[in-house]
Order: sequence, then structure tokens, then C-alpha cells
Amino acid sequence: MAEVPADRRYLSSHEWALENNGVVTVGITGHAAEELGELVFIDLPKVGTQVQAGESFGEIESVKAVSELNSPVSGKIVEINSELEGSLDTIGTSPFEGGWMIRIEASNSAEFEGLLDAKSYTEQLES
Amino acid sequence: MHPLRVDSFGEKEDSTVQKTVLNSVHQDLGARLVEFGGFEMPVWYSTLTDEHHTVRKSAGLFDLCHMGRYEITGDNAVAAVDSVVTNHVAKMKTGQIRYSLVLNEQGGVRDDILIYRLPDRVWLVVNAGNREKLLGWFGDHLTRPGMEFRDRSEEVAMIALQGPTAESLLAPHVKTTWVKDLPSLGYYKISDLQLEIGGCSSTGWVSRTGYTGEDGFELYVPSDEACDVWNALASTLGDAVKPCGLGCRDTLRLEAGMPLYGHELDEETDPLSAGLDFGVRMKKPNGFIGHEALAKIQADGPTRRLQGFVVEGKRPARQGCAVFAGDREVGVVTSGSPSPTLEVPIACAYVASDVPLGTALEVDIRGTRAPLRPVDLPFYKRPKTPQ
Repeated sequence: MAEVPADRRYLSSHEWALENNGVVTVGITGHAAEELGELVFIDLPKVGTQVQAGESFGEIESVKAVSELNSPVSGKIVEINSELEGSLDTIGTSPFEGGWMIRIEASNSAEFEGLLDAKSYTEQLES
Repeated sequence: MHPLRVDSFGEKEDSTVQKTVLNSVHQDLGARLVEFGGFEMPVWYSTLTDEHHTVRKSAGLFDLCHMGRYEITGDNAVAAVDSVVTNHVAKMKTGQIRYSLVLNEQGGVRDDILIYRLPDRVWLVVNAGNREKLLGWFGDHLTRPGMEFRDRSEEVAMIALQGPTAESLLAPHVKTTWVKDLPSLGYYKISDLQLEIGGCSSTGWVSRTGYTGEDGFELYVPSDEACDVWNALASTLGDAVKPCGLGCRDTLRLEAGMPLYGHELDEETDPLSAGLDFGVRMKKPNGFIGHEALAKIQADGPTRRLQGFVVEGKRPARQGCAVFAGDREVGVVTSGSPSPTLEVPIACAYVASDVPLGTALEVDIRGTRAPLRPVDLPFYKRPKTPQ
């Protein structure tokens, strides 16, 4: 079973969200990275873009397939991990740390609280 | 996020997923399993790219039991098959194999298949996703007296060993009587097979065929011996051989310019547009189903043609992406993937025949355009080895 850190929240579509002073960092889980296999391309939005909770903010492509990346919260993108494009492997080797994708200045803190906790997400993986 | 999409492999989706006789072997090997053509199949065991390079450089082992295997026996077997396939079975010698299409009345492709001429029967191998469709259709059309049509898919297993070292690895463990030995077996030829490997004995057939662009063999053995044969091959041939999934089978065949049903071929696509003229014998006596429609397409010239492209940039174009010449939509991508061998994204696309050669083309990848550089098919040809 893949690692599911307890310090953050999750979407059922396998994105994680880590909150710090109103800024939410987003990536995909180790389980998702493993399922995707070898990655070939990532498309992330520009800093300043507004994103909506539950909607696509970008896409990630493996050798076999394209997947959408969903935003856990609404708000404005304040930072993107520009190093990923040149080292997509990081998403697989360090999905919860170096593989982070975007940081969002959240506009509604209730959205974060409404996400799955580690226990619920783990239950989903095991079901 | 979408789970890994299996529809990118083509063929139909099925609600009742079947398992091949090798399913437990794949589970034991820790394969990542996906649904393909109605079967739970390994997409990779390690990584797609690693398995792809293994087949190009040494040899890979594939489970092909999901494909359909049909047998036609009796004095009229050859004539019956000839009436429903585009290639010329009566002209084939015993032990010979040929690629062929099965068409509908409009000249569209029901399936692309291999025909095997055996001493006492004709054998057909068809795509997994078309098994049920063809079973019904052949059942209706292969009905003349003096012949019998049977589905042997469940009784006979199919395992491939593909790659430049396949012959030297397999030859010491194989005895044949139709040909002197395994190295004497020619390309697209089949022989009887006596396999003795790692304490496992099995009897069946072996053919020098494949879907990877490399030299290699396909073994046909009784289904109840398939797991033992697979395990004996894997353990005896050791590190020189790796189990390989359908993921690399797809990138290998795409590099080799081979069509995949559900991508380059379907009921609305004729074989001439797909560049498969070599599998069609327009002049054979008594024709075949779809001949009339195909003759008209041949006379008028196909309205679109399959072409190969390198996609500029890092982003692969995928099936369904539209191809543009300026503002005019002129085609559609049928298959696209990063090419592990060429290390660039490659794609096959149908492009309208009236687009002049040399016209600058672009592909729309979900809203972003990327230039297409035309290249001759196949993308990859294996180096010729001295015989």
C-alpha cells in the first residue's frame, strides 16, 4: 500500500492538498504516480490564474494516457513548480515533497476542510 | 484524475472481463493489469520503456492468449476461407502464413488477421476485440458443405518470444519435423513444435511471426500446459528474457508501422487507404466479400491516406487529435505515442488525399497546435542480420 501522509487532505481523484497560512500546495499521491507509470509531459497553468475547486488546472501525460489534474480548492495560483517540466521523475520518486505542482492562495477555507482526510483516502484506496 | 485509460489501446470495451490461462502468472509477476479487448491483460511488469528496449535489444515474452484462434478443416476449407478474406489462401503453400483483411460489403475492415496454411487445416488468428463479432460472422459465412469451422481459442494458448536474440535462445530447446530446425524456419512460416525446456515438455506449433518489428516467434501450445511453458521459458532463458506487456507491444508495433484494429482500422476504413494493399488480392478468382466496393475505391483512388509523422515538441498527439493545413481540417490522428526507440513523439494519421505533398501540417493537441513532420512508414526498421 502506497504511503498516505496524515498532514494533508485529499481528493478522491488522487490529488493531495497541504495548507499553510491560507496557501494550499497541491500534487498527486504516490498511488496516482504509480498508476500512471512513466510520465512524459505536464501542463501547468501560469502564476496568477484563477482555479476552481474540483475543476481541472492542468494535465499530466504518461507514455500511455493523458489525465486531468483537479484543483482541491478555489483561489489564485501564486507559485508553480517550474522544475517539474525538466524532471518529471520527481513526481514518482517524491510525490508528496519535491513532486508538488502548484500553490494556491485559497479564497474559501471551508473548501479545504471539506476534503478527504488521510484515513478516508486510504479507505478509498483499499476498497 | 482519470485512472489509467485503457481505451488508448483501442478495441472495444467489454463489461464481462475475461482472464487468459496465464493470468495467475501475471499476478505472481506483479504485472499492472488493465482491460484490453475484453480481457484482463498485463500492460507492463516493470516499465513500458524498459520492456520496449528489451524487445529491441534482446527478447521479450508476451501472453497473446487473448487473441482469437479459429480452425477450418475439410476438403472445402481453403475455398471457404478464400470467399471471406482478401488474401489468396489457395495460392499459399503448406506451412505458409499471410496477413489478410476480412471486409464488410462496403469495403470497411471487419478485422485484420493472420491466415495459416497447415497440412490438414486452415488456421486464423484474429484480434481479441473482434473475437465475438467474427465468431458470429464466420459462423454465418463459413457454412458450406465439406468444411468445419471451430473456435480453438480456449484449447490452444499463444505465447510470443520477440527480439533479436529469440532465435538463438529458443533453438536449443525446439525440435521440428516440417523444417530442419528453428533457424531454418522462414519469416511468416509455421512448423510443428516439440518443446523441451527446463523439465517442461510441450507439443504444438511455432511460427516466425510477430507484432513488434523484430525477429521472433509465436508458440501455440495446449492451454493446460501454457503456465508451465511460460515459467520454463522465463526461468531457463533467465535474464536474457523479460516478460513484456501490451504497453510496449503497442509502441513496438507503432514504430514498426503496423496497424492496430480500432485505431488505423475499423468498419468505416478500407485497407487501401490504410496502405495495406499487400494483404489484398484484387485479381483472385471468385473475389471476396467487399471486393466490389473495394474495386470502386481503387478505381476512384482513396480519399484519405495513412501517413506517419513526428510531432514537434515533447507532447504526444493521441488518437482523435485533428490535423490541420492552416484553417482547414484535413485529417485525424489514429495512434500516437512517445517513441522509446526514436525518443520523439510519433503519430499515424489519415490525411485527405487532395492535400498537396509538402503542405505544412499541424496537429491540435487539446487546444494547442504542434507542427507535424512527415516521415516514411515504418518509423523503425530492424537492422538486417546475416542469415
